[in-house]
Amino acid sequence: MNAPAYNFAYLDEQTKRMIRRAILKAIAIPGYQVPFASREMPMPYGWGTGGVQVTAAILGPHDVLKVIDQGSDDTTNAVSIRKFFAKTAGVRTTTSTEEATVIQTRHRIPERPLKAGQVIVFQVPIPEPLRFLEPRETETRRLHALADYGLMQVKLYEDIARHGHIATTFAYPVRVDDRYVMDPSPTPKFDNPKMDNCPALQLFGAGREKRIYAIPPHTRVVSLDFEDHPFEPYRHDGTCALCGATDGYLDEVITDDRGGRMFVCSDTDYCETRRSAGSVVKAGATSEGGCA
Amino acid sequence: MTAALAPGFCDPVLSAQSVFRSVMDALARPATLCDLPQMLSPPPPLTPASAAVALTLFDQDTPVFLDDPFAPTDVAYWLRFHAGAPIVTEPQQAAFAILADPANMPPFDAFPLGTPEYPDRSATLILQVASLEHGYELAFCGPGIEDRRILHATPLPADFPQRLAHNRALFPRGVDLLLVTDARVAALPRSTKLIDEV
Repeated sequence: MNAPAYNFAYLDEQTKRMIRRAILKAIAIPGYQVPFASREMPMPYGWGTGGVQVTAAILGPHDVLKVIDQGSDDTTNAVSIRKFFAKTAGVRTTTSTEEATVIQTRHRIPERPLKAGQVIVFQVPIPEPLRFLEPRETETRRLHALADYGLMQVKLYEDIARHGHIATTFAYPVRVDDRYVMDPSPTPKFDNPKMDNCPALQLFGAGREKRIYAIPPHTRVVSLDFEDHPFEPYRHDGTCALCGATDGYLDEVITDDRGGRMFVCSDTDYCETRRSAGSVVKAGATSEGGCA
Repeated sequence: MTAALAPGFCDPVLSAQSVFRSVMDALARPATLCDLPQMLSPPPPLTPASAAVALTLFDQDTPVFLDDPFAPTDVAYWLRFHAGAPIVTEPQQAAFAILADPANMPPFDAFPLGTPEYPDRSATLILQVASLEHGYELAFCGPGIEDRRILHATPLPADFPQRLAHNRALFPRGVDLLLVTDARVAALPRSTKLIDEV
């Protein structure tokens, strides 16, 4: 046999043990970034190598895997990672949020509330929330050790001074269980409230930066803000042109070169579920709405 | 020395995966009882459940401390053979510890507690308890626990509540505990807060 033989879920067992130990420590210290010996994966950095390694370490033959990229099940990143695990682990895959036991995501949390027993794995590019404020790893590590997050408050304050409001719209920093300030990965801040007291386990993997962190179920996750400038989730003031949803996070789609546009749900499963349940927008109706 | 060494997992890949998911679930939902698949017959006093956790998480990178009841047995040999884990005699060197006599276990701070910069460099203690249904009744809250949760366990050190309270006060430093019986595991990670003795 000359065909390359891969282990179940691609990674070798020693690597899985190392990742598993990192995951357990991450769960025990919510929001703290555990260093791990990230492996080279058969995909480039930025394609979710961290998330893929976390998923590979937890995945079992009875799991049902869903992979989304910006809420969508059918974009390149999502399709290729889903195929990767269908091939290397033989697991059943799905696009249904309800059916999935493990959900790997790039930059969204599904609209349908997650439930106990589910695990959501985030792909993270830059796990350190303080990195753009303090480039030295030795210093950011000390700031976390001392829970000294004044820098981040100053950054948010400068947003207000310059723009009149907190202009951070994605990767909006959160504080986990009143201790660690954490980067929720570049999810829109619309998704931040979903992380608070979530019944599902949330795991975060950053492959290039070699960090794993976690939020256990039912953990307090608070978006940083000020008393006079409270945190506000942002969403386009519009309606999904396909399913008519007024509560989901919307993508803006340019439809022609004369300024025509429409809004559609970013979460394709949410949109499809609503449409198959009979929620359809009349043909010709276009969604209108201001975009602040 | 016994004539033949007891075998390890018959399916190392999928057995380790299922045991890991139980342990992960236990840590994500502290003080909840999670089933551990029984698939090993390790040399006593190592229990099948703690043996399964050991083969799932131990390898050459994880120094392991074993307490006194293991000394005259084949357990160290069995762990070295199946997991390749170095066995250490000083608790301070251990990444994991298996404690067959939890009532007389060393103090938590005999083990690595991590540093403020690297709190993950701390020990995980596996306590082989007789029961997770009787004994101490302790109430917990914290991450992973909705409202509060009660855990029973015996035997444990007489000052166990004080030890837990002190361990929590060290957060983010501290040890993480796995309490295992023959077939089940409950976790008390350092993030879990003891409410009081009920």
